[in-house]
Amino acid sequence: MSSAKLVAESGKILDVAAKDAPLTVRGLTVSYGNKPAVFSVDASIPAGSMTAIIGPNGAGKSTFLKGTLGVVPRLSGEVRIFGKLFEDARDRVAYVPQRASVDWDFPARVIDVVLMGLYGSVGLFRLWRARHREQAMDCLKRVGMADFADRQIGQLSGGQQQRVFLARALAQNAEFYLLDEPFAGVDAATERAIVSVLKELKAEGRTVVCVHHDLSTVAEYFDRVLLINVRRIAEGPVDTTFTAENLQETYGGRLAATHIDELHLA
Amino acid sequence: MGFVDYFISALFLQAGYNSALVAIGAGLLGLSAGSAGAFIFLRKRALVSDAISHATLPGVGLAFIIMVAFGSDGRWLPGLILGSAISSAIGLLMVEWITRKTRLTEDAAIGAVLSVFFGFGIVLLTVIQTMSSGRQAGLENFLLGSTAGMLISEATTIAIAGALAAAFVFLLRRPMTLVAFDPEYAATTGVNVRNIDLAMMGLALIVTVIGLKIVGLILIVALLIIPPVAARFWTNQVGKMIGIAAVIGGLSGYIGAVLSAAEASLPTGPIIVLVAFGFFLISALFSPLRGGLASALRHQRFQRRVHRRQGLLSLARREPIYDGLTIRILRRAGMIRADGVATARGRIAAEKAARDEARWAMARRMLPDDSAVERYDGLTPIERMMTPDQIAEIDRMILSAQNAQAPQGATT
Repeated sequence: MSSAKLVAESGKILDVAAKDAPLTVRGLTVSYGNKPAVFSVDASIPAGSMTAIIGPNGAGKSTFLKGTLGVVPRLSGEVRIFGKLFEDARDRVAYVPQRASVDWDFPARVIDVVLMGLYGSVGLFRLWRARHREQAMDCLKRVGMADFADRQIGQLSGGQQQRVFLARALAQNAEFYLLDEPFAGVDAATERAIVSVLKELKAEGRTVVCVHHDLSTVAEYFDRVLLINVRRIAEGPVDTTFTAENLQETYGGRLAATHIDELHLA
Repeated sequence: MGFVDYFISALFLQAGYNSALVAIGAGLLGLSAGSAGAFIFLRKRALVSDAISHATLPGVGLAFIIMVAFGSDGRWLPGLILGSAISSAIGLLMVEWITRKTRLTEDAAIGAVLSVFFGFGIVLLTVIQTMSSGRQAGLENFLLGSTAGMLISEATTIAIAGALAAAFVFLLRRPMTLVAFDPEYAATTGVNVRNIDLAMMGLALIVTVIGLKIVGLILIVALLIIPPVAARFWTNQVGKMIGIAAVIGGLSGYIGAVLSAAEASLPTGPIIVLVAFGFFLISALFSPLRGGLASALRHQRFQRRVHRRQGLLSLARREPIYDGLTIRILRRAGMIRADGVATARGRIAAEKAARDEARWAMARRMLPDDSAVERYDGLTPIERMMTPDQIAEIDRMILSAQNAQAPQGATT
């Protein structure tokens, strides 16, 4: 993978190995009004990696994710997914939005939400068949929610809702998974279930990117980090990039030095 | 023929071809309104549809004036519908544009568009009143709807358009569901959220303009929103909710049209809305799933089960019971005597509750990730949620935990 590095100067063509990387971002800027939430961020996510996007609140982590997927409009910058425009590669990508972004009193059962992940392959008009239902049940089993298939989604705990969202993404059978704060406010059982599914995905050679806020679990769960505070601070393997120096730069004064010491960094 | 007789004969389409056709037209209108409205309701955009309906009025007035200017009858319904559709589409796009391009929120945009268009429409109606051909135009009937003197061709137009709109909802149900539930995710799967939103509002627009004659523009929003709100009480599935909303809307339109035809002085739109409200009331009170009575009963039953369980556990631990409701429940079940002492039956039940509690406590420690543990509500006996093998294993663990403590207890 040594050739898979991004050429820093803008305008230059990325070299071959990086060209088909799951995600290549150059100069991504997204703004709300005239205030940039993400400013000229570069990133390159290699295939088969597990990357945590880290940064303080309001640093633009979620916006970065949404900007790459075109959920929010880009002000400038280029994004390539497997070397293509997102529009041409979307069936290889699955997105797990923040749990709080939807109204959970919506009239749907758990299985209905997972079936939404199959809209892409079944088409928007054809009827469901038994095999689609089986596929959805398999995804629920992977996140330990098979017994909840017929529950109304409003009756789930926060952690269970998160697992349903993950199951919906699994139903898409994508190569590249982008998750927005999958561990925010979930119980310990859910966190274990999600981590084991993500590690399975990685073992299958798929690529995972998570917006993550718990610094104490970064080294345990992920092999790469992308540090963002509106601008890109650093990106690379956990061993070399997840350092006290970089964290200090990302969080500024907001992360006390004692806090960093507790992380037992290299 | 009395009102009731007429109503009953009209209800079964025996009151003449014309009124039967009007009733069927109103029914199909309600069907399309209920199903299209379901998505407006789920997308939380009821007020946008109110702006759309009020924005029809200038179109009605202008279409009338133009048709008269070209020397034809200004009351020709397809012409009026076309005019109203154009002006409400402009209103809808203005709401959209204001929300997207300025920092105003959608409710402010709705308020502005709704009142300006409606005001302009009223001015046009007043101008039409002064025109020689305008006096008998009856355009004010478009405010609250009227089926009196409706032509067969008009009823047929409404029926066909209503059926088409309902079919369109069925075709688009999946992308509209996705956008209503989770627009960000929908966008990543390739659904064009803006177009689906426009399609949703376009359906509301179609329902509005074909409903102008029967329900009127002021109340059409009620026919869009009340049926899905009522339907929501009966189901937790979006597909079923759309179906139920369509049926409630259809019945409201049909029954309301028949009622107002039976007594010509009754305005059609308000009657249809009141019938829909009747369905809402029945749903809100009596639906076994989410209705008020059923959930009150469920809550009371749950409370009693909690008290019973707590009481039995207190008995098992030989603690006194102070809670009045707990005592009453245990007394009624024959678990305790008047002096608060457990009966033989009470002792057995208490022992069983204590054993169940201990098993669950061990299950939580042994199998924290098991789905039965996750689904446990604090009351359900463990036999109903775990296999006999699992329970036997739990019992073995409890026994060995007790044995581990035995050395201290052995001295007694």
